[in-house]
Amino acid sequence: MEVMLALTAGVLVAAGAYLMMTGKTVPYVFGLTMISNAANLIIFSTGRLTLAKPALVPGEAITISGAANALPQALILTAIVIGFGLLVFALALAYRSYYALGTAEMDEMRVAEPVERD
Amino acid sequence: MNSLILSTAARFLIPVILALSLFIFWRGHNEPGGGFIGGLLAATAFALLAKASGTAKARRTLYLRPRAIAAFGLGCALVGGIWGGLATGAFLKGMWPFLTIDAEGHKHGLPFGSIMLFDFGVYLVVLGTVTGILFALEDSLAEDAAGAEDVPLDKEDGRWR
Amino acid sequence: MLLFWPLVIPFLTMVATLFAWRSIRTQRALSLLGAAALLAVALVILTRVIADGPFAEQAGAWPAPFGITMVADGLSAAMITLTGLVALAAAVFGLQDVSDGEARSGHHPLANALLAGVCGAFLTGDLFNMYVWFEVMLISSFGLLVIGGRKAALDGATKYVGLNLIATVAFISGVGLLYGTTGALNMADLHGRLAGRGGEAGILMATGLIIFAFGAKAALFPLHFWLPASYHTPSFTTSALFAALLTKVGVYALIRYFTLILPIADTPAQPALLWIGGFTILAGALGALAQSGVRRVLNYSIMSSIGAMILGLALATPLALVGAVFYLAQDMIVKANLYLVAGSARRLAGSEDFAEAGGLWRAAPWLAALFLVPALSLAGVPPFSGFWAKLILTRASLEAGGYWCAALILGSGLMTLLAMARIFAEMFWKSHPEGDVAAGGRLPAAAWAPLVALSLLIAGAGIFAAPGVEASEAIARNLLAPDAYLAAVLGPGAEVRP
Repeated sequence: MEVMLALTAGVLVAAGAYLMMTGKTVPYVFGLTMISNAANLIIFSTGRLTLAKPALVPGEAITISGAANALPQALILTAIVIGFGLLVFALALAYRSYYALGTAEMDEMRVAEPVERD
Repeated sequence: MNSLILSTAARFLIPVILALSLFIFWRGHNEPGGGFIGGLLAATAFALLAKASGTAKARRTLYLRPRAIAAFGLGCALVGGIWGGLATGAFLKGMWPFLTIDAEGHKHGLPFGSIMLFDFGVYLVVLGTVTGILFALEDSLAEDAAGAEDVPLDKEDGRWR
Repeated sequence: MLLFWPLVIPFLTMVATLFAWRSIRTQRALSLLGAAALLAVALVILTRVIADGPFAEQAGAWPAPFGITMVADGLSAAMITLTGLVALAAAVFGLQDVSDGEARSGHHPLANALLAGVCGAFLTGDLFNMYVWFEVMLISSFGLLVIGGRKAALDGATKYVGLNLIATVAFISGVGLLYGTTGALNMADLHGRLAGRGGEAGILMATGLIIFAFGAKAALFPLHFWLPASYHTPSFTTSALFAALLTKVGVYALIRYFTLILPIADTPAQPALLWIGGFTILAGALGALAQSGVRRVLNYSIMSSIGAMILGLALATPLALVGAVFYLAQDMIVKANLYLVAGSARRLAGSEDFAEAGGLWRAAPWLAALFLVPALSLAGVPPFSGFWAKLILTRASLEAGGYWCAALILGSGLMTLLAMARIFAEMFWKSHPEGDVAAGGRLPAAAWAPLVALSLLIAGAGIFAAPGVEASEAIARNLLAPDAYLAAVLGPGAEVRP
């Protein structure tokens, strides 16, 4: 199970990095989303992977053995929420800057740092 | 969007979604659920309305501005935190004004207090923020689709909506 | 509850400014009030730390390694006090600098959210909680960057957002790996669990990711490109807030990580950090010489200061850490002052581009004098505070045998002096390309007051340097031997956990 998650995370990072290197804003944002999902998978795998064993402590017991640690899942939930907000912002920004600057190519965005003319 | 099926379905679905969102929020007191997911559900209801009948209708139905809802929610959450902070010295400590514990340790009364207030604040922040973003995006998409020229962004005082 | 007020006050101010959305005047007054209250509460915390040492508070009264802890030790308390000071200066300056358009699009709520994020990052005692405060800070800085709606701001924001989001992902992955290998997120708890384990593969990888994340936030050498692309695009008030606070949070986080969580001597990261610091100084000092606008020069000078602080951290001697802490503290004031002076200069000269400005020496000689105070301090000229920071760092490098570090610090001082002289020559000394600039009008009091106050502070901290240096020594001592910090968080005697 861990191997599968590790492979998935690796593929997601590779695909994300490829997309980010296209130099266009929208693929960049999509690539970033993939990488942040890969990060979430990594955190998920640190909390022990179990099948069909919820982390609910039964009856009078104080601890439960063999169940997944619920804390990383809570961390992922936070990270997903934050990541979602950032993604929405980044997409809106990409859309706006495309309209305002007339290009989606990062290399052609030179308004803030104009090319020096000799 | 102008679809008869969607607007008819929306009329029935929206009350159901809103009721569900309140139920999920209420359920979050002791079980899975809570303010965040409840607020998100409520925001979906208004998103559906905005899709079916336009943002003007959705804004009217929401009645308050999304920004005011979010601000009020943030205020509620802060008060929920400060309440425990001022009463016991620990920020966010749960306060239960309607709850008494007798000599045997049994609880009597209504478990209703600062935690609920905090969660309600989260509900409103999520509802306000998500509807605010959705309406703004929907409006600007509609504007662009209508062939509006680029808004005067480069002005010194130009507002970016 | 005391330690939560620096978070609650900016958020309450944010709520109040959101309700006062229609009245810009009310928003400005509320912002001013909020910044003053933040400074006051920070001063209360600082006096308590000075009197009783570090203290901690738990959210919801959950005990330490399980709940969210807020801790104030010397470094945190000093940082939030300076944050309050910068916030107040920026709020006063913003009375005349933030345009109505920006105020109407939410400058004041966003600026207060930024302050809450910065204070949270400085005070938190929990690594994951620090991630959350970083995000609060980041998303409000995104908003502040774009609200002007200028094309340049959108351009800068695209790069700022893109590169900072990678750092965010690296941070969360690093935190996840650290939790996976140690089972702890509380920084004091991590200190005990990581003792002597700095060389393990998992921890090494987590440390690498965290250096990447904090390094990108602090604009360290290969990860700095977002800073010169964006910091000169928003309003001057926003620029000053960013320059004084955001990169410093990254440096603070690195200092915290490599003293409390994983002492730098325990990791193989030390030489890497030395190299990174050196290259950051070089890139900043050289970059500043090549720019053609006030803020674009200042953007690069941020980097050379950050590099010097990182060098101080990476040298890993007590004296070097004293230098890094003193540099960090005084640089917040200097950077805020420089960007605010630039704002006033731009207001009078009509432009911040060297090609289109000039003649300020004749029009406003006092402004030229006020520019020289932070500029000379930045270059490390006595009697200003920057001189002592550079002096301590140079001496620490020589004592540690790092001659090239000393050479870099001194050389970058010289290059910074050149860059500042260039600003002086282009903006103040040469005549305005369109003739007389005096017609530009007088500066309002809201533009003068923060400049004078901050300049007095810089000069005061330089002339009467002993208290500041002694405070930095005490802070560095507590950072290197964090017993009081651990006892404050985990309870007395709790540090010998397995």
